[in-house]
Amino acid sequence: MHGGFSAYLRRDLLLAYRRRGEAASPLIFFIMVSTLIPLGITPESGRLAEIAPGIIWVMALLATLLSTDGLFANDYQDGSLEQLLISPQLLAMPVLGKVTAHWMVTGLPLTLVSPLLGVMLSLPQEGYLPLLASLALGTACLSLIGAVGAALTVSLRRGGLLLSLLVMPLYMPVIIFGSATVQSAIDGFVWFGPLAILGAMLAAAVALCPLASAGALRLASIN
Amino acid sequence: MNRLLNWSPSWQWFHRLGSPRWFYQASGRWLPWLSLLALTLLLTGLVWGLGFAPQDAKQGNSFRIIYLHVPVSFLALAGYYIMAIAGAIGLIWKMKLSYMVMKAAAPVGAALTFLALFTGAVWGKPTWGTYWVWDARVTSMLILLFLYLGILALQYAFHSNEAGNKASAILALVGTANIPIIYKSVDWWYTLHQPATIKLTSAPSMHPDMFAPLLVMIVGFYCFYTVALLLFTRAEILRRERKSVWVRELALGGPAL
Repeated sequence: MHGGFSAYLRRDLLLAYRRRGEAASPLIFFIMVSTLIPLGITPESGRLAEIAPGIIWVMALLATLLSTDGLFANDYQDGSLEQLLISPQLLAMPVLGKVTAHWMVTGLPLTLVSPLLGVMLSLPQEGYLPLLASLALGTACLSLIGAVGAALTVSLRRGGLLLSLLVMPLYMPVIIFGSATVQSAIDGFVWFGPLAILGAMLAAAVALCPLASAGALRLASIN
Repeated sequence: MNRLLNWSPSWQWFHRLGSPRWFYQASGRWLPWLSLLALTLLLTGLVWGLGFAPQDAKQGNSFRIIYLHVPVSFLALAGYYIMAIAGAIGLIWKMKLSYMVMKAAAPVGAALTFLALFTGAVWGKPTWGTYWVWDARVTSMLILLFLYLGILALQYAFHSNEAGNKASAILALVGTANIPIIYKSVDWWYTLHQPATIKLTSAPSMHPDMFAPLLVMIVGFYCFYTVALLLFTRAEILRRERKSVWVRELALGGPAL
């Protein structure tokens, strides 16, 4: 169905369900790092509130980055990636299915847990809804862009660190508009503008990133 | 159709360009002329710009660093597109040579981007009072440097040349699609955070006496970039074709080409 999209979505969700501990680590990382901020900067709620939108976004980005490494790694190691490569269907659809599953396992829980971090970092009241909305769209963008990097580095032995070098510059527009959404809501402006741009980025990423990842995955067989 | 393409003279140069050996020999003939041109233009521009152009009304002599800063920044950005286009040609026509050009363009471009940031910082001290400012253009140049570094790191990570070529070509193309987005979003971000104390003091238009040496420097730097790109590409050709007969003959002191 749908050129392998739903089959791979279901498969990856099932795999993630069976390795629940692994799937929970980005989430735990997200919460743990937020403890470092008051310890490292200040516990004073006024100053925390000022930096909360940016800090939460930076942490969400790092948590997503940590989990992106494993997007294709297991499939590469157990050989199922090669099976996928020789299958007759368009490679982009299974890739999109895998990325969607990755977002549902990492980005979505991060989004849902972010109000808790908002409370801990004394995010102002008006910021919660924009935070949820921008993280939901933004982490999907991050997963899609990260998939290109993960596909490029899947056949390398020490791909993890390299992956973050490749992907980080491409993440920058996402974090700019993500934290701008929350910040403009707190400052009392209309926050749909930056959110709409995030949505536009997501639309472009859905269209282009699976194709680029599919091209990059084909390299895994020749390296 | 195929025969027609092969034999029609308008396509011949394209096919010949695909041969590393032909390119090595031809570029060897171009290099002395290009180097001479680059050297003449750069020397003329430098002496004219640093010695004879009028002083800036506000910045005095410190503005003269634009004669380095502006051409270097131009080429840092243009170099990324040259690299990406070379990578795309390699992906589409499977041309060995254009991958070599792509690989050669990465270190040259990264060095130019670093120089642009460095000269900017040196210029920033007397004009803004600080070496580093999170200005929109400075930030996007820094991100450009990160993009270059990512491509350099990716190229050296692969064992097989073929995989490394294609991987960095894909990354360069993804980066190309992103560069306008990055520039626009950094602009947006900067207008949101507008720092009040810092203002660009450069005048909107330049006096022609100041502009003429700048133009000479820009053309000179384009020539210099071409020379550097050719030299790096030639080194890469020799490295990759080291097992071919013609490179061995060259190394053993064959006729100078």
